[in-house]
Amino acid sequence: MQDLLDRALNLAQTRGAQYADARVIENETETLVLQNREMRTLESSKNLGVGVRVLVEGAWGFASSRDLSLDEIDRVTDRAFEIARASALVPGEKVDLGPAITSQGTYETPVEIDPFSVSLDQKVSVLMETDRLLATVPEIKARVLNLVFIKERKWFANTDGARTDQTIIETGGGMTAHAVGEGEVQQRSYPSSWGRQQVTAGWETVVAWDLPGNAERVASEAVALLTADPCPSGRRDIILAGEQVALQIHESCGHPIELDRVYGTEAAYAGTSFLTTDKLNNFRYGSEIVNITADSLRPNGLGTFGWDDEGVPAQSTPIINEGKFVGYLMSRETAPRLGLTSNGCMRASGWNRIPLIRMTNVSLEPGTWSLDDLIADTDDGIYMETNRSWSIDDRRYNFQFGTEMGYEIKNGKLGKMLRNPTYTGITPEFWNSCDAICGEDDWVMWGTPNCGKGQPGQVAHTGHGAAPARFRDVQIGIHG
Amino acid sequence: MLGEAKSKSIADQTLASISADAAEVVISSKSSDLTRFYKNSVHQNVEEKEVRVHLRAWVGARSGAASTNALDEASLKELANKVAEIILLSPEGDEVPVLTQANGLTGVASLDQAAIEQTPQARAEAVRQVCEAAAERGLEAYGAYLVEANEQAVANSEGYFGHHAGSMADFQTVVRNNGASGWAQASHWKLDEVPVQSLGEEAIQKAKDAADPRSMEPELLTVVLDPYATVDLLQMLALPGMSGRAVAEGRSWISGRIGQQSMNEAVSIWDDGLDLGGVPQPFDSEGSPKQRLDIVQDGVVKGGVYDRQTAVEQDVKSTGHALSPDFPPMIRMYSPLPTNLFMAPGDQSTQEMIESTERGMYITRFHYTRHVHPRDCVVTGMTRDGVYLIEGGKIQGAVKDFRFTQSYVEALNNIEAIGSETRLIVDDFLKAAVSAPAVKIRDFRFTGATV
Repeated sequence: MQDLLDRALNLAQTRGAQYADARVIENETETLVLQNREMRTLESSKNLGVGVRVLVEGAWGFASSRDLSLDEIDRVTDRAFEIARASALVPGEKVDLGPAITSQGTYETPVEIDPFSVSLDQKVSVLMETDRLLATVPEIKARVLNLVFIKERKWFANTDGARTDQTIIETGGGMTAHAVGEGEVQQRSYPSSWGRQQVTAGWETVVAWDLPGNAERVASEAVALLTADPCPSGRRDIILAGEQVALQIHESCGHPIELDRVYGTEAAYAGTSFLTTDKLNNFRYGSEIVNITADSLRPNGLGTFGWDDEGVPAQSTPIINEGKFVGYLMSRETAPRLGLTSNGCMRASGWNRIPLIRMTNVSLEPGTWSLDDLIADTDDGIYMETNRSWSIDDRRYNFQFGTEMGYEIKNGKLGKMLRNPTYTGITPEFWNSCDAICGEDDWVMWGTPNCGKGQPGQVAHTGHGAAPARFRDVQIGIHG
Repeated sequence: MLGEAKSKSIADQTLASISADAAEVVISSKSSDLTRFYKNSVHQNVEEKEVRVHLRAWVGARSGAASTNALDEASLKELANKVAEIILLSPEGDEVPVLTQANGLTGVASLDQAAIEQTPQARAEAVRQVCEAAAERGLEAYGAYLVEANEQAVANSEGYFGHHAGSMADFQTVVRNNGASGWAQASHWKLDEVPVQSLGEEAIQKAKDAADPRSMEPELLTVVLDPYATVDLLQMLALPGMSGRAVAEGRSWISGRIGQQSMNEAVSIWDDGLDLGGVPQPFDSEGSPKQRLDIVQDGVVKGGVYDRQTAVEQDVKSTGHALSPDFPPMIRMYSPLPTNLFMAPGDQSTQEMIESTERGMYITRFHYTRHVHPRDCVVTGMTRDGVYLIEGGKIQGAVKDFRFTQSYVEALNNIEAIGSETRLIVDDFLKAAVSAPAVKIRDFRFTGATV
């Protein structure tokens, strides 16, 4: 494959490109979806193609193709050139890519059991047994279970001299049970909502989730929610379970630290950011116990890799340090504008998309509490678990989240179950109200395999390590 | 683009490679060009060409599916072998479905030659004019100009073959004015029906009017929504609420409301994949033909949409709304869904709706809307790119963005007026087309405000 990439880069250089890079990506995905006992999807998908990006006279062009013939490589490179020259008709600021990137090497996700070596029969059995157990609860009217396995091999080269070859393996899965009662519908999911939890790991993670062992609990909780009291309205202390903390990080920290958003390149679509560059090293984002890191080296995260899609090595970057805002997610083009170098956050969803600044593993570092102690330390609050809805404004400032399930906390004890819990707030006010974070034992690397950004749309897979955390005096119970 | 003959050849070759009781192949191809701009300059300019072949087959009560983007003979045979391997290992499910029979239906001509032939230079030139118009007023234009051609062929072992090629153009822009902003967007299968320069002027005017927004406390208010915001009402009612599966399982706002007057009698919503006023797709990925299907008629809820499987489960006929296998399986879980929605226009101009409002908000569009609860389609989201206070029938300046938490069913019941003109928008996610007018709604529930 490197020969194909070299051909594209040589042609680009011959034609006078300031810079060029090329990626060949081969993706294999196996998906199983069991819906109400019926195997809705049992599918294997293969996808191979090449993308060439060129910088010509300060303007970018990109073209891609599924055809890897030599003639097509030449055509795609020429087309990227033509597009770059069209871009130059409406020129922008001078592009500075910073120091040359010359990474070399190979990387492969470490797995205990390659999920593609596990028989389909075994995978189907896990889903069927889990579904059988969910179905033993009669009020459950709809059940959806899935497993997803991805193996992606990526060859990258650039005109600086970088040549990398990496294989990323992801494993995902989960279940959702819908209970329907008189004028009410409720759902419970496990291990995560919106389809699945997902990590860079092998089949061993499916074994660890123990989907069948959690089925009856999930079904029973969904049914109990039908008749639970609604979440009250007002201001309360809330404890968020780790999975909800992960999404809170994703939406209210991960996106606003994307430096391309800050500079406005997503302004017409995803939006901008309240974390403008004047706030770097000069803004209290959260309380002193809040430490957030972007770390593509951390095991099992969906943002764990060898190099990003500009060839920049994986690394760890402090984002929030003792509550203070200290870092962005950056690319080769954006970092020099701050006098910095890229921290390796450019990622494309496939060979047919250009890389954008995307989250790697943006994680809240663990604290010292245990969940039991945290609940015991809370006089009047609400515990909220498993995301059901999320919305945030185009500057990532005003948010509202809902979770599948809540529990009242009174005098340090979990009380009655609550349905339709919601909370809302303003990002820095919310993170400054964080006064307790649970420790390593409760810390999990959660996966968000459905992060949308860019045009044409790209779905990124991002990781977020998080443990349960407490936030004081939060507005809850927004029912509409 | 493959063309009909090449698509037929690939389909025949693929079907001949599989030994099964029934088989269905879907071939989709796309050529897509997109220019993005920010701060009055182009920063991203991309082209994509892709073809995918999806094969699904049944042996007895077992089925399997696979897909590839390699079209050579060996790869198509490998695809068939993979499907056969999956079938052997799959659990027993429903019996072999009744596949679409050859029906002689003709397609809809919605492939615009001008769209196919547009050059990157022409696209950049159109963008340049919008950027210059903004710069001349001291403003900054941001946005994207997308032109694409899509092709879908469906064939099966019953001898059915359907082929459709269509184009789609979309221009969208935010014009920013010192922290305030204005928006304009239009989509159409005909390139000439997307008036890039006038859309630029629309966003520029909106941005100028949005200057110096004031803060206001959230409350229950009358709103006049631009078509962009009305489109969101239909999108959120559609996904997943208009799915026949969600309706049957009691997870939809339609559940329990069929035959009931749940919205204002001026509200009619339908799906029509044949209407040249949308972005036509005459059949779905199962080859089931589309036609006009009423979802809400004169405020009365009529029902949801169906694909082959949900139609069998509910003992109805497929309405032709299976989602394309190009979508990832986790998105296809939401199938069936409407992809060509229309809301009937009324008889008022936006200006007339503003003039008849004693106190309210004129809203350009919504942002990041999400379901809070499915049964009443309760949605939360933010306003964006232009919110204006109405007092005494006149615009009295701009207002900072609000958060709302509102049942969209209730909102369409609280309709007081509907605009006479519609705007067609194709969303980036499902590529579904929605044509909607401006509307005036009383008692819209704002639940928060930004600072």
